[in-house]
Amino acid sequence: MAEAKRKPAVGLQPEVDVDWSAYRGVMVVVEHRRDKVAKVSWQLLGESRRLADKLDAPLMAVVIGHEAEDIARQAIGYGAERVYLCDAPELADYRTRPYSRVCLHIIREVKPEIVLFGATYTGRDLAGAIATHLPTGLTADCTQLDVDDNRLLLASRPAFSEKMVATILCKQFKPQMATVRPGVFEALPYDPRRMGEIIRVESPLDRESIRTEVLEFVEAVNRVNLEDAEVIVAGGRGVGGRAGFDLLAKLADALGGQVGASRAAVDLGWISHDHQVGQTGTTVRPKIYIAAGISGAVQHVVGMQNAELIVSINKDPNAPIHRIAHYAIVDDLFEVVPALIEAVQAARPSARVPVV
Amino acid sequence: MLHMVVCIKQVPDSREIRIDPKTNTLIRQGVPAIVNPYDLNGVEAALQIKDQFGGRVTVLTMGPPSADKALRQCVAMGADEGVLISDRAFAGADTLATSYVLAKSIEKAGRLWGQPAIVFCGKQTLDGDTGQVGPGIACRLDYEQLTYVEAIESVDPDRGEVVVRRHLEDGVERVRAPFPVLITVLAEMNKPRRASLPGLLHAQTYQPIVWSTADFEDLDRSKIGLRGSPTVVSKTWVPEPRQVDTEFLKGETGEVTSRLAQVLVERLQTVQGA
Ligand SMILES: Cc1cc2nc3c(=O)[nH]c(=O)nc-3n(C[C@H](O)[C@H](O)[C@H](O)COP(=O)(O)OP(=O)(O)OC[C@H]3O[C@@H](n4cnc5c(N)ncnc54)[C@H](O)[C@@H]3O)c2cc1C
Ligand SMILES: Nc1ncnc2c1ncn2[C@@H]1O[C@H](COP(=O)(O)O)[C@@H](O)[C@H]1O
Repeated sequence: MAEAKRKPAVGLQPEVDVDWSAYRGVMVVVEHRRDKVAKVSWQLLGESRRLADKLDAPLMAVVIGHEAEDIARQAIGYGAERVYLCDAPELADYRTRPYSRVCLHIIREVKPEIVLFGATYTGRDLAGAIATHLPTGLTADCTQLDVDDNRLLLASRPAFSEKMVATILCKQFKPQMATVRPGVFEALPYDPRRMGEIIRVESPLDRESIRTEVLEFVEAVNRVNLEDAEVIVAGGRGVGGRAGFDLLAKLADALGGQVGASRAAVDLGWISHDHQVGQTGTTVRPKIYIAAGISGAVQHVVGMQNAELIVSINKDPNAPIHRIAHYAIVDDLFEVVPALIEAVQAARPSARVPVV
Repeated sequence: MLHMVVCIKQVPDSREIRIDPKTNTLIRQGVPAIVNPYDLNGVEAALQIKDQFGGRVTVLTMGPPSADKALRQCVAMGADEGVLISDRAFAGADTLATSYVLAKSIEKAGRLWGQPAIVFCGKQTLDGDTGQVGPGIACRLDYEQLTYVEAIESVDPDRGEVVVRRHLEDGVERVRAPFPVLITVLAEMNKPRRASLPGLLHAQTYQPIVWSTADFEDLDRSKIGLRGSPTVVSKTWVPEPRQVDTEFLKGETGEVTSRLAQVLVERLQTVQGA
């Protein structure tokens, strides 16, 4: 790896001499809506287990909401040793001001050295408010985390449209905070027998201060969610048109996945932009990525090269996509894909419900 | 009068930045400087509200002197005033220091032209790419914070409130909030207008207002620029393209696909524990 080292400049200093040594442990803020927990929260507990072990410090979770005790218990099943639960009717809906006040209260009391959030809409909204209040440094959208011998969090994130990676430190303040992309880390297997403690926190809120009101939540049906997909079947110019994408959708269904696309296919109007993978589309990390009729231009590849398993189907043996694929098929996709659909259906007779 | 502020940033069009394969450094040469695309959606949103209810739109940017071009572009679209917050001492700011200076500037703009009822920011920038500056400003000014807004359903200047649609992973949330609010906007919200001919002519001679550190009475010097930034970049690198031993599957389509199907299904079973 080519590294360009820069001398770290001395940044913001705390206003008074602070003894940060009381700050210990890794804390994950769990995100949930309507009893559904964002998967990234459990992924963060999985990765944080490793960080906490390295730091020889406790792994904690924060659950805020109304009637959320069950979620607190789940957090223990996913690895948290201690869960701080703040449960109150006015916390039923996520709103920045009350949620950030509760988090601040817990952070100030518990003094964790690291606090992590999912880089979701809600996680970014909340983390941005908290970091400013504390104040402390916040690194957005991390894809790699580690700690060094000085207990510094090494928060690494893509920069310049995925072309570079930067490692960012926060040396003078605690906690060190980061938001982390969904789908990068693995959750620990859920174990209901795992032991942990749930600590109830009184809501410190003055209800008068809550001025924003959530009127309604409209659940999206059939929204493309490539970031969370475990399987993506993507098509490019070689798919030839909308009918070709219908064929790919069948394969995606058989595998419980979603349909992706290259920019060329989107530009031709065969499929909408929210399916686009790549530099100007979505960056994805599915378990399986099947690229059919895609040449593998660098702008596409940066968005999918971190898939765990890549399959290319392209009749041109020299197409660059084959070079980054684990399995390559040099053939006509209109021959291969229908046969593959049949073979998948035969191999897994009970059609799976897609994992949400 | 309804005063609205839009925070905009001039950014290198990072989509055009390439990496020099020999030195592994960024090739910035010839990369055009543009107004961060989402910020133009913020300008358009403010102008639409002004079209409907009247009012005043101020665009703010913290950046080098050359960023005055970005402000002029917004004035050409119809913004009333552009303010360039520029000083060497502001350089090297991370999101914490940036939101501090912008919050101080919004307060100053408020003293001059009335407290802004709505401050707009983009969802995120192409270069900083954090989406943290908007929440930072809202927090410092104690404004209601409405991020990732895909539509403004209604604005009621008399009651002093907005209803917006926030975009979430699994749906859309309708939220009502009283002024003053900070809204960060998504590209879906609108299509930024083209400048009119009179707008372009006006912008050509328009001189943005410039504020340096000397123009603020109450700026805490320890909170600005590099000195005011808690985060530091310790290193950057170009990730190596992944090395893969590609296995070419050859043979009859039926055989090839059933072998592949086997691999895929096994993979999913180990993953999902099904
Ligand atoms: C600033 C910028 C940003 C960009 N951002 C993105 C981005 O985000 N995402 C993105 O995807 N692209 C992006 N691009 C475009 C990118 O450079 C390529 O043009 C695009 O990815 C090509 O799409 P494609 O592979 O579908 O088409 P092509 O390059 O035309 O490839 C089609 C492939 O299909 C194969 N094929 C044809 N028929 C069949 C068949 N019957 N069976 C099997 N194979 C067949 C052909 O052999 C060929 O390899 C960007 C470009 C620029 C300049
Ligand atoms: N230097 C700046 N000057 C004015 N506005 C900025 C500046 N930096 C960020 N912003 C605003 O904050 C938003 C989010 O930026 P970021 O946190 O860098 O992704 C941008 O879309 C702008 O609206």
